[in-house]
Amino acid sequence: MHWPIDMIVLTFVIFCAIAAITVRDLLATAILFGAYSFMMCLLWAVMGAVDVAFTEASVGAGVSTVFFVAAVFRTSRRTKD
Amino acid sequence: MRLIGFIIVCICGGLLLYGTSEFPDWGDPASPASTHLSNDYIEKAFDQTQVPNLVTAVLADYRGFDTMFETAVVFCAGLACLLLLRDYSRKKERFYRHVPTGVILQVKHPEKKLPVGTEFEYMDKDWVPSDLIIKNVCRILIPFIQIYALYVVAHGDFSPGGGFQGGVIFGSSLILLAISYNLRTLVQRVKEKALGILCALGVLVYVGIGALCMPLGGNFLDYSALTRIIPWDPHHIRAYGMLGVEIGVGIAVMAVMVVIYINIASEGRHDEGL
Amino acid sequence: MSETLALIIGKYNYWLYIILMMIGLYAMIVKNNLIKKLVGMNIFQTAIILFYVSIGYKTHATIPIIKDSGHGDGHGGGHAVIHAADYINPLPHVLMLTAIVVSVATFGVAMALAVRVYQRYQTLEEDEIRMRLTEE
Repeated sequence: MHWPIDMIVLTFVIFCAIAAITVRDLLATAILFGAYSFMMCLLWAVMGAVDVAFTEASVGAGVSTVFFVAAVFRTSRRTKD
Repeated sequence: MRLIGFIIVCICGGLLLYGTSEFPDWGDPASPASTHLSNDYIEKAFDQTQVPNLVTAVLADYRGFDTMFETAVVFCAGLACLLLLRDYSRKKERFYRHVPTGVILQVKHPEKKLPVGTEFEYMDKDWVPSDLIIKNVCRILIPFIQIYALYVVAHGDFSPGGGFQGGVIFGSSLILLAISYNLRTLVQRVKEKALGILCALGVLVYVGIGALCMPLGGNFLDYSALTRIIPWDPHHIRAYGMLGVEIGVGIAVMAVMVVIYINIASEGRHDEGL
Repeated sequence: MSETLALIIGKYNYWLYIILMMIGLYAMIVKNNLIKKLVGMNIFQTAIILFYVSIGYKTHATIPIIKDSGHGDGHGGGHAVIHAADYINPLPHVLMLTAIVVSVATFGVAMALAVRVYQRYQTLEEDEIRMRLTEE
């Protein structure tokens, strides 16, 4: 594994995580969380865990974002923190 | 609260960071996690099961019992979602559209119904005009996504993939149908009862293949016992057993994903959603 | 000093995983919105999964799929002996693969609970829910 790729992707992951929990719009949180999952999937693909990366790409970034958006659609979008 | 939380996080993080000094080096082949059991799996799995993808071999064969209960957990999650949200009460007001003129009618009486057909059609409360491009692109894409999902399930022995991933991809193709058209289209095509039966069927296929091995003289989930009833190549019998198990997992996961989506998006009423 | 620096350089991955995990824990403790708490829980979960997968990593090894399997010609007797050091440890992958799928299932149940809470109290903020509970 090349450490620059690892480092850059990990930085993006942490950036996405912080953004996802600080942003005040829950729909934006959903999208940032999807981006976080995709970055995570990239990290696992770099580590050689292809099955785990495939699962995360289909499950974490695909279906769980859809669940998230559906739940936000049925509840409120704004939040105080 | 914010300060207390920050202090707790700092203490926990500090302790964990201190703990990293004891960890094995990064990518060390002689680390404890990759010395005992996993070497055995890597060296012998292909000879014993004829499955090149070691992850599938370990998932469906060596640790088959574990995966069976993971599938059961997914099934329970679908059941919990259904029990939490499913709402059989009729909605108070419904909207209909008169097709030839485009007039929208609101019916407030819960018992009254308009004949839905060529003249009137159901309409969601948060209705948006249907987009021709989105509808047609999704209509073309969905069959390909489904074929890809089946490929992922069937080819899980040789390449990355398997029942979990294939099931999720198949389920998301159905969710795409609900998003691009509307939820009612999906519910009409895939009935709620069928989804419930498929949830249970997936787990039953898994358990059934496992239990089938017992009267044939093997242990539970010992696929080599299946040679007595399947006259195929006996060297690949474990791969066939794994394929059957993966199909069961795929069915269960697919149905559970669709059930969870429908129930969340429509608040359990199964009429209108995202 | 140089020892500490060597430790940081050698194990920076683990440090970043722990930072990620602490972000999740902080969100779970401090955030007021229930859905934000769920996001924190998921971040925590993925950090743990990341740690597990990284344990199985081996330098100079390839993905855990046997290369010249020679399937199709019966019992492949001609393939070379498999060395464990050539392939990444598949065991953490298996455990974490199922963990991810179970995590999305539990995430769905949690979302269903959040929708139920919203139906009852018309809010997802924790302090407002507590206020409504004391009113009743």
